[in-house]
Amino acid sequence: MDLSVNFAGVTMKNPVTTASGTFGSGAEYSEFVDLSKLGAVTTKGVSSVPWEGNPTPRICETYGGMLNAIGLQNPGADVFVKRDIPFLKKYDTRIIVNICGRTTEEYVEVVKRLAAEPVDLLEINISCPNVKAGGIAFGQDPKFVEKITDEIKQSAKQPVIMKLSPNVTDIGEVAKAAEAGGADAVSLINTLTGMKIDIHKRTFALANKTGGMSGPSVKPVAVRMVYQVANAVKIPILGMGGICTAEDALEFIMAGATMVAVGTANFHNPTATTDIIQGITDFMEQNKVTDIRELIGCVK
Amino acid sequence: MADREKKKGTAIITNQVMLSEGIYSMWLEFPETGDVAASAVPGQFISMYSQDGSMLLPRPISICEIDREERLLRVVYRVAGKGTEEFSKKKAGDIIEVVGPLGNGFSKREGKSILIGGGIGIPPMLALAKSLKGEVSIVLGYRDNNLFLKEEFEPYGNLYIATDDGSAGTKGTVIDAVIENHLAADVIYACGPLPMLRGVKAYAAENKIAAQVSMEERMACGIGACLGCVCRSKEIDGHSNVKNKRVCKDGPVFDAQEIEL
Repeated sequence: MDLSVNFAGVTMKNPVTTASGTFGSGAEYSEFVDLSKLGAVTTKGVSSVPWEGNPTPRICETYGGMLNAIGLQNPGADVFVKRDIPFLKKYDTRIIVNICGRTTEEYVEVVKRLAAEPVDLLEINISCPNVKAGGIAFGQDPKFVEKITDEIKQSAKQPVIMKLSPNVTDIGEVAKAAEAGGADAVSLINTLTGMKIDIHKRTFALANKTGGMSGPSVKPVAVRMVYQVANAVKIPILGMGGICTAEDALEFIMAGATMVAVGTANFHNPTATTDIIQGITDFMEQNKVTDIRELIGCVK
Repeated sequence: MADREKKKGTAIITNQVMLSEGIYSMWLEFPETGDVAASAVPGQFISMYSQDGSMLLPRPISICEIDREERLLRVVYRVAGKGTEEFSKKKAGDIIEVVGPLGNGFSKREGKSILIGGGIGIPPMLALAKSLKGEVSIVLGYRDNNLFLKEEFEPYGNLYIATDDGSAGTKGTVIDAVIENHLAADVIYACGPLPMLRGVKAYAAENKIAAQVSMEERMACGIGACLGCVCRSKEIDGHSNVKNKRVCKDGPVFDAQEIEL
């Protein structure tokens, strides 16, 4: 049975990675799962300099999901390169580094900083709903998406995945813009902008007022968007949004995703990633599927 | 190659009682992960999971007692929402999914100590009280004369009470009780609401006493990955490379002078 996939020119032993921001750089979850079993680890967003993120509370639970407004806190590219890449290189897994910035120059700076590093793919976060500059403001304008993709591609030594926001009118148009800019792949969906009110305190549950909604309650929206993008572009898709089980992952794959990422589910089940890989294997065995590629985009 | 020593395991509830309105005491045993009680230290917490699929995030609950011989842990918690309400309805023999023990507990120091607990910050101080040697003063702050756990603390030190409404002990804060009773110490250990911890920190700084405080914050992963539960640190933190520390992983117990309250 073959679970391996070729994603933007990179061979992965299976199609399962982690969703950026839910898994750190893997150190904490390595106490629960063998990272070598994952197709890839996608890191928390890295910026050129350290970011402090938003005030707390940064987290609240919602029905079948959660809101977060971390604000892309990260130690900056220097610490990341010195500490987190060597840690991940101890494992037999691919490394996808998520990159965030406030300006095009900041993204490009990190892309250049990683050029000589043993990193397999870059995922560019142009869709974080929780930071004012950069983030989502970039991801909502197709013209800008094409331009920033093009500029990043000119400096990038690794294949580039553009991470798309669901907070748009037509995600197919944004995906086409990324493809036109030279993106090697797209990933979707980032979180949906949401809000929760604490009625007892008569205030917002999050200090940031709004946050990004994730978890199983967003999955049908994400599956629909993956299907929509699969019909709009030829580049491969890394699908995510509420994946908790192998069945969820297979929905994304059948809708057109070559790879899938597990995010919020890690908080509920620290071994969600490896449980899903096992579940996909079981499904293939039961249904006599010998090559996972038979399933990618099989629902037209 | 990874050190996969942690797992989400099933705990069996051996006993659950209501201590007072909305406050429950639960004893847990860990047939799958037998070393949970053996490795736990006072000040750590466990992540407890709902069985209702609409509630995904674990509830971090501090450890109240550790019984190494019987390999049991006790948690005492307040019903604060649907998740804790679900836990409160469980009976002996029921199961609950748990990850832990998690976080860093109190670092025991030589000398005279004052233990301070406020409200639902009282339970974790019991495990510490039982493990401390030497001269121990215990100051518990309550809203009113609903003095849950008070009697259980009595064997482990000189006990003082503060209540918001004056219905028992000193009327006022735990620090008012410390001053009124002329309590001296080399170290203060505290857990409770933020205003109380601010008071403890200020009092400790003024009197040149070391102080360790246990923090609370909204968490998602509970293991240090998501950066949801940070608190502000005085200096740049070695892990985050900014002035933030993770309550779940770097705490929940911190040296009071190293964090901003």
